[in-house]
Amino acid sequence: MLEISHLRYDVTAEDGNELGILRDVSLTVEPGKLVVITGPNGGGKTSLARTIMGLNQPTGGTILWNGQDITNLSITERAKLGVSYGFQQPPRFKGMKVKDLLALAAGKADLTPGEGCQYLTQVGLCADDYIDREVDASLSGGEVKRIEIATILARKAGLMIFDEPEAGIDLWSFAKLTETFENIHKKGDSTLLIISHQERIINLADEIVVVEQGKVAMQGPKDEIFPQIMARTLPGCGYMREGDR
Amino acid sequence: MDKTELKILKAIADLEKTPQGAYNFRVNGQLDGRNTTANIDIASKEDKPGIDITVKPGTKGESIHIPVVLTQSGLTDLVYNDFYIGEGADVDIVAGCGIHNAGCETSQHDGIHVFHIGKNAKVRYVERHYGEGDGTGERILNPRTEVYLEEGASITMEMTQIKGVDSTVRDTVVEVEAGGECVINEKLMTDGKQVAESNMEIILKGPGATGRVISRSVGRGESVQVFRPCMTGKSDCFGHVQCDSILMDKAKIKSIPAIDAQDVDAQLIHEAAIGRIAGDQILKLLTLGLTEEEAEEKILEGFLN
Repeated sequence: MLEISHLRYDVTAEDGNELGILRDVSLTVEPGKLVVITGPNGGGKTSLARTIMGLNQPTGGTILWNGQDITNLSITERAKLGVSYGFQQPPRFKGMKVKDLLALAAGKADLTPGEGCQYLTQVGLCADDYIDREVDASLSGGEVKRIEIATILARKAGLMIFDEPEAGIDLWSFAKLTETFENIHKKGDSTLLIISHQERIINLADEIVVVEQGKVAMQGPKDEIFPQIMARTLPGCGYMREGDR
Repeated sequence: MDKTELKILKAIADLEKTPQGAYNFRVNGQLDGRNTTANIDIASKEDKPGIDITVKPGTKGESIHIPVVLTQSGLTDLVYNDFYIGEGADVDIVAGCGIHNAGCETSQHDGIHVFHIGKNAKVRYVERHYGEGDGTGERILNPRTEVYLEEGASITMEMTQIKGVDSTVRDTVVEVEAGGECVINEKLMTDGKQVAESNMEIILKGPGATGRVISRSVGRGESVQVFRPCMTGKSDCFGHVQCDSILMDKAKIKSIPAIDAQDVDAQLIHEAAIGRIAGDQILKLLTLGLTEEEAEEKILEGFLN
């Protein structure tokens, strides 16, 4: 179970003022649930995910994972406890092959080609074409993103956080990806936290959390929250109303 | 050979026993073992130290190992090795030098290799340089490699120096005739107060000649590296120079790639980049459960492949 309470993350702006990126976020995710975090750009979704992973150090509040306080643990320690995070914009590694990265993710040097290929297939990559490629600039953004997701699958972590997994991914791979999320969810071994704006991913959710202005604006079962999000979208914008007049 | 010498042999040539095919072992300036085959002859030079290696035209799938091991502190070893590769041959050549210096005097090996590669012949050349030993004496390697590729001939050179060489000046000259191809993969890592300099001159002489230089280096400690790869195009040819370096600690790296086009149809490209390990690479590997040291190690390992 993931329990976040009163989490704050402030940064100092250039003019010396404190900027509250996360302002008192409290959130509980039950084991095995699939929760989608959505909300406007700049609302704090990625900051929240990165703070759970330890990539940002919070200025207040606590994070408990399976009852253990991980707020002050290092990234490595959190990873070893089963927290994983798929980067929104994953880095590339000159010279490192896809199979090397997957082996590091799986935590075993002797990862068989079969195992490596299985993770790639789950993100819609033809394994034979990619397993020996380098994770460098020769790969497109969408390809790197899918390899990034494959590394999270290879980790088999208890908590899988995906940051806009759909970004840059083609329609066909996206269908495969949603199916993969669905399968992980069905097995129930991992808790999934997915930052997404895609209706097809939102549809997989047990719960939706709307994060805006550094706070949890709404949280609840999908069937309850999703209609509210849709209702708020159109009337909120003056230009969109133009068409109705 | 004793244990130390065998260990060095493993590091530079990946050999644990005498190899198949032709070989010539040089230990502390002396011949330590030699084998020739029906197609490959190795003969000592009469006027100066070194060997002549002659490969008959059409020889396929054979290999030649010519490692050099130095364990005697204070020895300066200079050799001239000439390779004559016959038309249409296809061979692997594994060279390399390892120095174990347990003393306080400088140990130095300067290998001068000249390759004459006949029409349509193919050579894969692997050269590893390595140093070890807890003595205060310096370990110095100054190789000079000259390659003359006739029409349609090709060479792939892998030149690696990862550890333990205090000072190196490496000069490489390659001339490529029509339809020939030269690929150089250079890998270099320096640490402590080591210095390394690599100068390359690749001249694409004939039409259809191609040249590629892929140089990757890591500078650690207070080491200093200087690269001067120069690609000259004298006809309708294609050349690409790519230098990538990772800088750590207080190391310094200077990269001066040059391209020199002397024909309107010469296509030459150079790229050079130097920088520290990207922060997000380290972070990504931390999220996979590696420590910072392990992450750094893996990134360098991949980079130098």
